[in-house]
Amino acid sequence: MVIKLIEMELPVGEKLVVAKNRICSREDNGHLGRISIVSGIHGDELEGQYVCYEVARRIAENPMALQGIVDIYPAVNPIGVAMSHRNMPRLEMDMNRIFPGNSKGDMFERAAASVVEDLIGSDICIDIHASNIFVKEIPQVRLDEESADRLLPFAKLMNVDMIWVNASETVHEATLAYSMNVLGVPSMVVEMGQGSSISRAYGNQVVDGIFNLMYEMGLWTNTPPQAQMPVISSEGKVEIICSETDGLFLPCIGNSHYVKKGDTIGEIVDPWSGKRKQSVLAGKDGLVFTLRIYPVVYPGDLIARVVTDIT
Amino acid sequence: MHTKEIVTLQSTYREDMKVKGFLFGKGDKAACIVGSFRGNEIQQMYICSRLVQALRDLENSGGICVGKQILVIPNVNPYSMNVGQKFFGMEESDINRMFPGNEKGETTSRIAAALFKEIADYSYGIQFSSFSIAGEFAPHVRMMKTGYQNTSLANLFGLPYVVVKKPAPIDTKTLNYNWQTEMTAAFLVYTNKTFEIDDKSARQAVAAVLRFLTRMGILRYESHSGYISHVIMEEDLTNVYTECAGIFKGLTELGEAVRYGQPLAQIMDPMEGSIRQMILAPTDGIVFFTHKEALVTQYDMVYRLIHRMHE
Repeated sequence: MVIKLIEMELPVGEKLVVAKNRICSREDNGHLGRISIVSGIHGDELEGQYVCYEVARRIAENPMALQGIVDIYPAVNPIGVAMSHRNMPRLEMDMNRIFPGNSKGDMFERAAASVVEDLIGSDICIDIHASNIFVKEIPQVRLDEESADRLLPFAKLMNVDMIWVNASETVHEATLAYSMNVLGVPSMVVEMGQGSSISRAYGNQVVDGIFNLMYEMGLWTNTPPQAQMPVISSEGKVEIICSETDGLFLPCIGNSHYVKKGDTIGEIVDPWSGKRKQSVLAGKDGLVFTLRIYPVVYPGDLIARVVTDIT
Repeated sequence: MHTKEIVTLQSTYREDMKVKGFLFGKGDKAACIVGSFRGNEIQQMYICSRLVQALRDLENSGGICVGKQILVIPNVNPYSMNVGQKFFGMEESDINRMFPGNEKGETTSRIAAALFKEIADYSYGIQFSSFSIAGEFAPHVRMMKTGYQNTSLANLFGLPYVVVKKPAPIDTKTLNYNWQTEMTAAFLVYTNKTFEIDDKSARQAVAAVLRFLTRMGILRYESHSGYISHVIMEEDLTNVYTECAGIFKGLTELGEAVRYGQPLAQIMDPMEGSIRQMILAPTDGIVFFTHKEALVTQYDMVYRLIHRMHE
């Protein structure tokens, strides 16, 4: 059942509508468990669209296995998704920097507030993101340090390749996941793939994880495929490798690749002279979980992230 | 006057981006003035260019005090301005959300780090800034409430208003915030335009900066005393939102005194031409901000009033 959370007028005969799809096992008596799946905060990150589709499809295929409520929010920034535009149209602001929003503010603050208000009461919230068009990410859960202890058991059920616990910068305070954790709703960020595209394989992997989580929470009765054990960054270190020059980056490995110290991750070349300007080497042994896809680089552009010192 | 390259960024396909600074006088790092960070901040760059002219004339006539150095950086992001893009590079990253920067980090973080290394230890830091909402502000000095802000000093610009803003999490990555935490007395100067040039307010901004530098003992310059500024806390401004969308027809001007119940604007149906809403002043006050675009959405903030203030 599609439920509108808020609708607001755009200038010329159209409304901005933020909505969710509620899938419920039986009449909601107020005591059913509830999982919320959020996507489309950034309009150019489409991996979550497939996850929303596949979760709804699998439930429709086995409706009797559902023992609770699944709320799916495919497009929190609906016009951004429609336009494949990362930010909120007109304001050019990152929606994931305005949470928890303001129910008496402008259109976008109200949209954010309506989502936050609706998510309250969820037993868990999963906010699905993709990378941009420049780098590709393996399926991972990202947790801020403050909530990591509480959320790690949930994150391990998500069938992802990696869990990245990173130091929370002050700016993270305005994200949906941070806001919901402060408000008492356990919330995790899933990141995978790349912008403006969908990897069905990554999507299926994460959807398996969502059903595994639902199974463990008593929301799903069918036995899901066994979840894989993820690499956890807090048990090692994350090495961030940036380009030191401009040029064209040509990768020598694929993503999700284990490298040894000194292995060549790729090279940056000059198309004018035919010369190699930089060999990008791994500084330590580890798993490459982020790899640049878009070739043109400036000094400082992200080339790879490697989780190192893992056992 | 002599020029200095503050930041140089290499590109394979464009000429290197050079961030140029203009130095006046010799001695202590007394004052640094920075213009546009975003590609649409043309007025901000223009004001700096007028300031460069004024300071060159003053230097030639012995108007810069002995032992004082002034640095003016009109444009930190010429790459974006040259292609009509607001933010930097392919990933459209905001340099003014990257401070204090990281010289080994991503591209915009490196630009911020190189810039900050050069300007962090000036005694006074002035930035011509713009607001994310499209519209016009009454000229004012703005400062973040960091605990180090000094409204008494801000008064010495002689502009009509000084606004103190409680920083949002995202503001902690701005130049102004980081200047303050490095003990530079930092100010944001807002004029009424961004992407078009307004000579009147540009002259007012140049005069305000010259007045301030004179009062700080950096320049010898005879100028009008300006205003005794009215200090406003940003949260005390009365925001006026639209109740419906359509064509916006403003009936009041920036700086105008309005009375409770006075019509401020009309919103017209974009197809039928009928009046959908007459926006009335919710309080007596002075118009501090006004929306200027032809279209509005529902809940757009179209006016900000200085509550119960009279001319």
